[in-house]
Amino acid sequence: MTTAMRAKGAGRTNVDRFLTLIRVVLIGLIVIGLVAFIAQQIAPDNPFAKWTHEGEAANRLTFSQFRGLVVTGVSQGAMYGLIALGYSMVYGVLGFINFAHGEVFMVGAFTGFIMSNKLDEAGWWEGGAFIPAVLLTVIMCTLVATATAVIMERVAYRPLRGSPRLIPLITSIGVSFFIQNVVILLFGPGAKSYPQPPQWLKDKHTFLEIEGSKIVVFVVAAISMAGLWYLVERTKTGKAMRAVAEDKEIASLMGINVNRTIVTTFAVGGAMAGIAGILWGLVFKSVIATTGFLPGIKAFTAAVVGGVGNLGGAMAGGLSLGSAEALAPLTLLEPLGVSGVSQLRDAVAFVLLILVLLIKPTGLFGERLSSDDRA
Amino acid sequence: MSIDTNTTDTDTTPELISKGAFDLDWRKVINTGLILALGLCFISLAGMPIGLNGRKLIEPVLSLGYLSLLWLPLVIGWSVGNEKVLEGMAATKRGARDIVAGGVVGLIGGLGLALLIILVNNFDLRDPLVNWSPQLLSVLEFDAGETTGRTGFGIVLWLIMSTVLGAFGASLHVMPKNLRKAIIAAILTVVGFAVFETFVVDVFDFLDDLIYAKKGGLKVVAAIIIAVIAFAASFAGGGRQIGAYKQAYQANTGPSKRTQTTTLILVSLALLIIIPMVTGKITQELFANIGIFLLLALGLNIVVGLAGILDLGYVAFFAVGGYTTAVLTSPNRGPDWDGIGAPLMPWWAALLVTVVVAALVGLFIGAPVIRMRGDYLAIVTLGFGEIIRILFLSDWLNGWFNGAQGITNVPAADFGFAQVKGTDPRSVFYLVLVFAAISIYVSWRLERSRLGRAWMAIREDESVAEAMGINTVNMKLMAFVVGAVLASFSGAIFAAKVGSIFPTSFLILVSIIILVVVIVGGMGNIMGVIVGAVVLIGVLGGPKQPGLLAEFSEYKLLIYGALLIWMMLQRPEGLVPNARRSRELHQDEFLQDAWLKGEVDTDDDDLPDVTGSIEGAQA
Amino acid sequence: MSGERILDIQNLSVTFGGLHALKDLNFHVDEGEIVGVIGPNGAGKTTFFNMISGMVTPSSGDIIFEGESILGMDPNQVTQRGISRTFQNVRLFANMTIAENVMVAQHCRTKQGVFGSLFNTAGFRKEEKEIREHAEKVLGFFGTRLVGYRLEQPASVLSYANRRRLEIARAMATKPRLLLLDEPVAGMNPKESAELTDLIGKLRSEWGFTIVMIEHDMNVVRDVSDRVVCLDHGETLAQGSFEEVSSDPDVIEAYLGRPLEKKV
Repeated sequence: MTTAMRAKGAGRTNVDRFLTLIRVVLIGLIVIGLVAFIAQQIAPDNPFAKWTHEGEAANRLTFSQFRGLVVTGVSQGAMYGLIALGYSMVYGVLGFINFAHGEVFMVGAFTGFIMSNKLDEAGWWEGGAFIPAVLLTVIMCTLVATATAVIMERVAYRPLRGSPRLIPLITSIGVSFFIQNVVILLFGPGAKSYPQPPQWLKDKHTFLEIEGSKIVVFVVAAISMAGLWYLVERTKTGKAMRAVAEDKEIASLMGINVNRTIVTTFAVGGAMAGIAGILWGLVFKSVIATTGFLPGIKAFTAAVVGGVGNLGGAMAGGLSLGSAEALAPLTLLEPLGVSGVSQLRDAVAFVLLILVLLIKPTGLFGERLSSDDRA
Repeated sequence: MSIDTNTTDTDTTPELISKGAFDLDWRKVINTGLILALGLCFISLAGMPIGLNGRKLIEPVLSLGYLSLLWLPLVIGWSVGNEKVLEGMAATKRGARDIVAGGVVGLIGGLGLALLIILVNNFDLRDPLVNWSPQLLSVLEFDAGETTGRTGFGIVLWLIMSTVLGAFGASLHVMPKNLRKAIIAAILTVVGFAVFETFVVDVFDFLDDLIYAKKGGLKVVAAIIIAVIAFAASFAGGGRQIGAYKQAYQANTGPSKRTQTTTLILVSLALLIIIPMVTGKITQELFANIGIFLLLALGLNIVVGLAGILDLGYVAFFAVGGYTTAVLTSPNRGPDWDGIGAPLMPWWAALLVTVVVAALVGLFIGAPVIRMRGDYLAIVTLGFGEIIRILFLSDWLNGWFNGAQGITNVPAADFGFAQVKGTDPRSVFYLVLVFAAISIYVSWRLERSRLGRAWMAIREDESVAEAMGINTVNMKLMAFVVGAVLASFSGAIFAAKVGSIFPTSFLILVSIIILVVVIVGGMGNIMGVIVGAVVLIGVLGGPKQPGLLAEFSEYKLLIYGALLIWMMLQRPEGLVPNARRSRELHQDEFLQDAWLKGEVDTDDDDLPDVTGSIEGAQA
Repeated sequence: MSGERILDIQNLSVTFGGLHALKDLNFHVDEGEIVGVIGPNGAGKTTFFNMISGMVTPSSGDIIFEGESILGMDPNQVTQRGISRTFQNVRLFANMTIAENVMVAQHCRTKQGVFGSLFNTAGFRKEEKEIREHAEKVLGFFGTRLVGYRLEQPASVLSYANRRRLEIARAMATKPRLLLLDEPVAGMNPKESAELTDLIGKLRSEWGFTIVMIEHDMNVVRDVSDRVVCLDHGETLAQGSFEEVSSDPDVIEAYLGRPLEKKV
């Protein structure tokens, strides 16, 4: 029985009344917050703003600040979206959340760290050799991340095919933990820095004043999505992936090698995460073993927001989440009088997850689940 | 299900196939060997031989560092001899073949390690790999390493040791059963005495000079004597005796079982009360830590094990318990509390308020999540756990919870006749014991009640449970709230013990470790949870607390992760399985076994007189 | 048998993504009746049961049980009102014992909660005893098959026919007034079917249940139904006694297809 079906019938118990109350309160807060934001942009000393800011007038958000937030949000969202693809695909096919997918992303970022530093030592990380160096790094990161995902599937998940759904989820928690600690033990617990990138990555370009690194993120993410679209919609492998995602049993009856297709699904998801990893490294220039944890969960949130199993939805969800995360603290929370909003940014993702699951559990664009997982 | 090929009964199983000593499944052997090589290299590069080298096990022969490498060929050698024999299949006869397989696996592993040594000698990869260092080399080359001659010596020694250990591990399959058990007993006993030296000395301090060397570690002679004694004891049938007792206990279903169980409980209780009185502070601290996490595990056991709800944000209730108690007892709480006139009260009063608050928070978090799919629920509860921690840490709520500074100066829990504070871990342990008893009682009674049955039905098939009249939402919510309350007990005690509450004590890490404890111990099973807590928290340690193996602190999270994976793959029902849970998780095997034993029901057309009436049915 | 209308279904419709599973269905059951529901596969019979038991919400129409509309109620509320059902593909709680399956079904008729369980109150003990006794009574309805040592065995070891029986026993244990049986004899051999047909009759005569039964086995339908309703494509095709319905040309066409024109 899907939550969609049940939602219609629900509404009479105390729990349901409470939930409706929560929905109303959350949406109400969001609306009030946005209105207050607009109000304080127009008139920073309006009475409501004064009340929430303890007597002082509110600070206006300048256009360039706003633009900066949007750019940050969207570029972060693009990375979340790339990671979300892996979650979405695996959930669509096997019906469980691969908790360790965030670690695949982290492994990609770490490979990027190692490669980029080695290339930097060889003097390739700037000037003319930079682009080929980055390309090489991207390839390596993708390969390593893909390998990690494939090994993960083979060792930890394949033996559990057919188990009750929570079992692979719990295993994936173990895998996530394990990989994090492998990385800590091998490379040390501290944060690792990427080498200094060439100047044009740090500079802002075009009238939109976007940093070079973020332009790279947009471009690479777009290319990856295009590549993925092509793979899934136009190739035989992609067709097999869609078939297996729809119904494993029937697909195998049609002659599709289900195991191999599942491995491919993991591999493609891993590749996307690996790309996200190197992009993260380019933007944030540092990585640590726990880098994968929060973005992993947020990426899963993005997948749910967009509709699990739905690839376009995953990217859309990622972009939405990234933007919400970047904008909400200053456009929503701050006008409501919350102080120290930048600390609460991580909470935004979780609240968004809860909101989506309460209001439209199948996601913005609808979920696409395997027939075994649909109720 | 595999059949122990050493005890075949030849009338039902086919003849054993004999194979030549070199007739191996080469693909499997080489793969396993490569895995061994990878494992050995990883352990080396993870720094275990270096970090653990300081701890001597058998002075001066063996240190924990070397053991961290040596155990792997032994175990993997043994695993390559594992043959999965299905009912009706012919098994291969055990013999030289297995030993050769183990040896080859060991050899390949040793070669891998040798390769690593050569690489470390000649290249510098210290940049990414922190442990690629002279220290590693010196340990791997047995502590001399200046002349390359020694490198050769090291390599040869590793090759030999790895091959021998691999072969030995595999040979355990070839030996007769009692010999094998005796050898394993001997090894485990010696290793046990060596590794748990601090604990043994704490309890029996006369043994300190007797069997342990001054710098730590067993004296060689003592090690040999212990090995011999253990070997003899096992060989003479010690294991059989214990097995017989266990079987007798399990088989006893009559009224005397009640007295048996009660005596067992009373004896354990007596031991638990007496032991902390005679041991030193370290052990007391250990017991106290085990206790606090045991309380958490018991609560999570109700949520996960009984009701089947995977709550990854369980730490939130721990935090709520700790913070509520701190806020109501400590004068150093955030100033806003004084602003609203919240009183300061003694610990036990704060506990009452804490329980109510925890229940409310449980309801608040539970209500939205309870209708969600299992995996979504897991992530959302994780989210809630993080949100709560972020809130406690935030500057926004600084006035209430002091943000990152936390709330210090939480006073000891004062009961009039005794005070429970961190500097007296024994008192903490006794308090924990009281609450553990309460939690165990609660779990035990709820499981056997109408609620317990409803939870079981929900776990089995939620839609059908609903169709049978069970209000699944309320039932799951109830489990959630009970779990929340039990966690808050632990939080309250934790606050008094540590004397302060910081947001960093409530990371998701804690939830996950508790989850591992519950699962490794045995989901849904009180005894299992206790065993899990003792084994994991006691030996490996908690999230920030050291266990008996304090040296393993760096590696303990890795071990937790590996354990979780291994358990899920091999034995998801846990170390101490619940009969019902084993059935659930191994349905097919269970049914097969039942069918083989003739316990499966068959349609019986020839039963007398089925009247279908109420009176005619007293059987 | 008071003959009062116990269940009244009015203009019930439901669509699943464009497919009209039920179209303006009208149906009623009087107290004490045994109504057989027949129809070819895909006619919407199980969907019909899912609607009544609350597991699926209709798009339009109303379901009135004992004078009260149960439209939109959760399944557990429906069961509490007095309707219970079995499932076409037996869905027992396989790892719970036979006794537990039947005991847990009494959940909505019992009330002891956390307090009673924890303190082992007299009320709790009494209720547990009653639950157990009622379970044994219900199981005893099926003779000696599901009693004695069997009570503590997990449900998964049961033979197919016994599972179907246990499924019915479990539905009985919820103390309903209306019992919905979804293909009760599916997969049973003739001897078992005959016995169960007999028992279904006794469910009404000795236990007082009103029964609506989906069945494909016409012998069973004929032997025990007071009235038969035939569904096809979500609509009622015919209603009446078994003879009337089984000779109705529309019904025959639904099952067998239109007879070919004879070629001269």
